[in-house]
Amino acid sequence: MARFDPYENNGGTCVAIAGAGYCVVAADMRLSVGYSILTRDHSKIAHLADKCVLASSGFQGDVKALQKNLAAKELVYEHNHNKKMSCPAMAQLLSNTLYYKRFFPYYAFNVLGGLDSEGKGCVFTYDAVGSYERTGYSAQGTGATLMMPVLDNQLKSPSPLLLPARDAVTPLSEAEAVDLVKDVFASATERDIYTGDKLEIVIINSSGSRRECIELRKD
Amino acid sequence: MDGSHASGSKVAAADGPGTQRTQYPYVTGTSIIALKYKDGVIMASDTGASYGSTLRYKSVERIKAVGKHSLIGASGEYSDFQEILRYLDELTLSDHMWDDGNSLGPKEIHSYLTRVMYNRRNKFDPLWNSLVLGGVKKGPKGEEKYLGMVNMIGTHFEENHIATGFGNHLAIPILRAEWREDMTFEEAVKLVEKCLLVLLYRDRSSINKFQIAKITTEGATIYPPYSLKTYWGFSAFENPSQGAVGSW
Amino acid sequence: MSSIGTGYDLSVTTFSPDGRVFQVEYAGKAVDNSGTVVGIKCKDGIVLGVEKLVTSKMILKGSNRRLHSVHRHSGLAVAGLAADGRQIVSRAKSEAANYEKVYGEPMPVKELADRVASYVHLCTLYWWLRPFGCGVILGGYDRDGPQLYMIEPSGLSYKYFGAALGKGRQAAKTEIEKLKLSELTCREGIVEVAKIIYGVHDEAKDKDFELELSWVCDESNRQHEKVPDDLVEQAKAAAQAALEEMDAD
Repeated sequence: MARFDPYENNGGTCVAIAGAGYCVVAADMRLSVGYSILTRDHSKIAHLADKCVLASSGFQGDVKALQKNLAAKELVYEHNHNKKMSCPAMAQLLSNTLYYKRFFPYYAFNVLGGLDSEGKGCVFTYDAVGSYERTGYSAQGTGATLMMPVLDNQLKSPSPLLLPARDAVTPLSEAEAVDLVKDVFASATERDIYTGDKLEIVIINSSGSRRECIELRKD
Repeated sequence: MDGSHASGSKVAAADGPGTQRTQYPYVTGTSIIALKYKDGVIMASDTGASYGSTLRYKSVERIKAVGKHSLIGASGEYSDFQEILRYLDELTLSDHMWDDGNSLGPKEIHSYLTRVMYNRRNKFDPLWNSLVLGGVKKGPKGEEKYLGMVNMIGTHFEENHIATGFGNHLAIPILRAEWREDMTFEEAVKLVEKCLLVLLYRDRSSINKFQIAKITTEGATIYPPYSLKTYWGFSAFENPSQGAVGSW
Repeated sequence: MSSIGTGYDLSVTTFSPDGRVFQVEYAGKAVDNSGTVVGIKCKDGIVLGVEKLVTSKMILKGSNRRLHSVHRHSGLAVAGLAADGRQIVSRAKSEAANYEKVYGEPMPVKELADRVASYVHLCTLYWWLRPFGCGVILGGYDRDGPQLYMIEPSGLSYKYFGAALGKGRQAAKTEIEKLKLSELTCREGIVEVAKIIYGVHDEAKDKDFELELSWVCDESNRQHEKVPDDLVEQAKAAAQAALEEMDAD
């Protein structure tokens, strides 16, 4: 019997890379369900504060609800504290927001990127119910399994087992990081049917943020 | 989603005493086709609604005007669509009663619908539809065309051309190949009819009675229903066993 | 008022020995002191007009409206306490919306007037309520054509060809009686209503006022709407011209 299913996987991949003074957040713009593409021009990235950007894939309905929810909470925070929310604060808020729906979860896979209070790049990566970790780079979504090993290989981040703990930011320059993002997306698009069409890249650094858009394979 | 769910078995699922929720659709409409063209948005559908595989209603309007600037088209559960129309009527009525010169445009209506659909799915009591919303409204950047859709669980997006249900499989390839932003109304009608004809041949629940509607800055026009010319004179239809050489 | 309450005027649930309910009569006073409100039934629809007294130059033009739409096909003009009036408008809206939800057709004006009157009357029956300090004129258009009702704080409601409330009601009624309402169109009607309101306005007592005009007629697609700005300006000009002509005589 055809039963009501409240979830749908609309696919998509999100990546973020943090450097010493920058953060690159990127996601593809394909929205699909099953073997059909719904649209080739759908942004998965939300600008939540001026040093804080969220990229999410999964079920688009949940993703939009989550992003709107966070944007609204950020606005309230701004009114209450007369400043924008910091990226680590948003990271905690996102975790709480996800865990709040632990037993009817947001089907959303998030990567949060931005600059911390010292101006260093930061990346936070999540599961659907709110567990999270600060890292130097991450990939989430349908293409994550293809991209993550490449990022591990290229970014040579210090092992989390090292003592004392070492900073997780990547050694790349901003331009190198952007190029790497473009490459991993181009590669994942070859093999993951849910990733493609267009790539939206947001780069945050001390001088603000800028957005880039490049084409990906459309097949 | 629309066509395939129509054939679900008809057992009501009660959850808890006193509450019953829609777990499957009863009477469903099939595809909606919509696209932007030079002066606005054109929308088309057939006028059928099926009870499972039975064609229950042959002449229902599945495209309606909403306020002054929008058109809504629906596939899926027809009674849920009528309920949605009641919600929208409430909105446009309050617009009218304010009488302050402001009115909700297609963008606002679409946004409202996305919240309604998503909230109902969160209550596990979905409105079993795919809705298409098209419209034109003067904004700060001049005349703004809008076309978007939302489905029963709240997935939503904007596009230059949209087709729901079977149309998503059969009409979208045609639209992607032939659609242009600056199409005239006549060209848009031709393109839409091409899609409708393919659906008529291939979508079992579609019928040969169609309605086209447009929305421009002049307002909404829903044209009276009409039929398309079909051709069934292929030799394989006239003599189906010819060429089917058995092995004995 | 001819007599004072002598103890029988404190409660809405106590009659005076000669059978009056003073609280309701006092509520009527609040209406009588308000800016004039006029409604007329023309051959093709209803015109409502309000002399909205402006108590301060700092009040934004167009605010504190006294003309309200109730559903698509009817409108309500309020004389007296505007805030009390909004309560009535809100009730009228929900009655009309509920009727359409149940019966799938717009609420007949007569039915709407009866329901609103019952509501107004209800507030004269209980010690914990006070009567509404406002009277309303209800105009609407249904399958029986255009209709006009007036509802007083007592809950009394009658159907009218022309009705007036507020300070200038006597003069306004005299003027309405002179009109050939059965031959008048709404387009002509708005000019007449504007003339009446400008005519009864007492410049000595109230300095400034804003003219509010609305209609339900064939020209407005049988929908209750504010009269378009250009027509209001024309009506105002005609009214002012008529006034000057009178002064000249």
